[in-house]
Amino acid sequence: MELIIALGIGVLAGCGVWLLLRPRTFQVVLGLSLLSYSVNLFIFVMGWVRGGRPPFVEPGVAVDPRVFADPLPQALVLTAIVIAFATTALLLVVLLAARGLTGTDHVDGQEPGE
Amino acid sequence: MIEHLLVAPIVLPLGVGAVLLLIEERRHRAKAVLSLTAALALAAMAALLVARADIATTHIYRLGSWPAPFGIVLVADRLSAAMVLLAAVLAIAALWFSLARWHGAGPHFHTLVHLLLAGLNGAFLTGDIFNLFVFFELLLAASYGLALYGGGAQRTRASLHYIVVNLAASLLFLIGVSLIYGVSGTLNMADIVTRLAALPAADRVLAEIGIGVLAVAFFVKAGMWPLGFWLAPAYAAASAPAAAIFSILTKVGIYAVLRLWLLVFGGTSGAELLAFGGMATLVYGVIGMLASQSLGGLAGHGLLVSSGTLLAAVGLGGAASTAAGLYYLAVSTVGIAAFFLLIELVERAREAGADVLAVTAEAFGLRREETQPEEEVGIVVPAAMAFLGLSFLGCGLVIAGLPPLPGFLAKFALMEALLSEEGSLPAAWSVVALLLASGLAATIAFGRAGVRIFWATERVPPAVRLAELAPIAALLVVCVVLAVLAGPVLDYLGEGARVLHEPAAYIEEVLGR
Repeated sequence: MELIIALGIGVLAGCGVWLLLRPRTFQVVLGLSLLSYSVNLFIFVMGWVRGGRPPFVEPGVAVDPRVFADPLPQALVLTAIVIAFATTALLLVVLLAARGLTGTDHVDGQEPGE
Repeated sequence: MIEHLLVAPIVLPLGVGAVLLLIEERRHRAKAVLSLTAALALAAMAALLVARADIATTHIYRLGSWPAPFGIVLVADRLSAAMVLLAAVLAIAALWFSLARWHGAGPHFHTLVHLLLAGLNGAFLTGDIFNLFVFFELLLAASYGLALYGGGAQRTRASLHYIVVNLAASLLFLIGVSLIYGVSGTLNMADIVTRLAALPAADRVLAEIGIGVLAVAFFVKAGMWPLGFWLAPAYAAASAPAAAIFSILTKVGIYAVLRLWLLVFGGTSGAELLAFGGMATLVYGVIGMLASQSLGGLAGHGLLVSSGTLLAAVGLGGAASTAAGLYYLAVSTVGIAAFFLLIELVERAREAGADVLAVTAEAFGLRREETQPEEEVGIVVPAAMAFLGLSFLGCGLVIAGLPPLPGFLAKFALMEALLSEEGSLPAAWSVVALLLASGLAATIAFGRAGVRIFWATERVPPAVRLAELAPIAALLVVCVVLAVLAGPVLDYLGEGARVLHEPAAYIEEVLGR
């Protein structure tokens, strides 16, 4: 289980970095999205990978920490997702503005060799 | 009541920013009054915080009254309070400057500035690393808006790089935070220190990797070489008031390094990295200053020089050089902010066109008369050119570090502190040599630019308004005050640096033991 998740995070992050280094703005946006997915999974995994355990305790029942998942990474992931979502939306707007103003989707605002 | 003072610098700008959204865009006067009043109130609060940080026994605010490792704490020690005050001063100057015309050039200028302030103050005050991330994102999101403010191809292109680099850095920040949490099981800075000490060696390595990744994110914000190539073009392209506030954004990265590194590592491991990274940044900034064709580039590379100096000072020395570095931080930030404001007026003297602004105002559907520069900016202040020349000289003296302005005192204090430390002599001497060289390079760059601008024959008398001259003069007066009060200010920051270097009291107070 841990191996599969680790591989998944690695593949996502690798694809993200590769796309981030591409010259077209849309590829960069996709790269950042993939990277943020991999980072979100990474945060999630930092609460340890154990199946079938709820992240909350029932009132009135004696608490054994071993049968519960850590809820904090889940809260952190939620925050990170919201922030990444908002900033990606903003980046998309800037991307469109840059495309409109410079007439090209190259990240430098001009085609190489021009 | 007074104990809520700590959370006020975050809540007030956040609330005012929200209220400003509701006021109609055309009611410039109402927006300006509210925004500037709030900024002044913020400065008053920050001054109170600075005074209290020196005398009060407790500097902790527990949000929701939750005890420390479980809830989020805000901590206002001397460093945090001083940074909050610095941010407020810059914001007042930028807002004041924007009243002349920039605040009408696009939507929601005041809101963006106040959200940026909320993020800055939160980042300075928080004692929790995930909360630090959230406030970083808040201030970055506002700064993206401000970087784009005014529109235009140049600005959009520079902002695209700025946004992408900072988003990637934020992801590194998250990786660092989650690694630290995964190993230590806590996000509270003080609690991290106590937990790390009790960890087995294998886990401690993981946490240190996490802190290293976190540091890379901070170095990107601080503009450390080789992570700072994005900085100069983005800041040079930003509108003048936005760039003036941005001059403190690099210092947020430095602040975070200072706080976390001294707290967790006690200023031992990784010192060489900071010192040599700082020196490399210094060299890069100096070369950039000499190579800059535009004044914006000069100011942007000036910021890199200041970042490099600070990183080197923090990495090499003990409490004394940290204190001198903090004084240098305040002085150089104010000086460069004034210079960013001045650049626009000087550029106007060179080419009196304000076409870009007029075009964007049209694009946002504002009435032409409202922002027409010829009608709005038409009052020619007597001897405006002389004022611009003197301000240019003042900014140059502060940034290059020449007497009598406080840039000199800051650099002198820094050199004195570095050379009086025992041990790392060759490194200290090379930083001193680099500091002197950077001063020379800045003098050359400023002299060259000044000759070209002020002694040119075909210049146009600039049409500037009092509202544009006053904030520059005010920032330079702040510099003079910093020079006159250098003794008390250095004592205060020295005490703050001593507390940073001996974090036991901080940890005890935060954890309430």
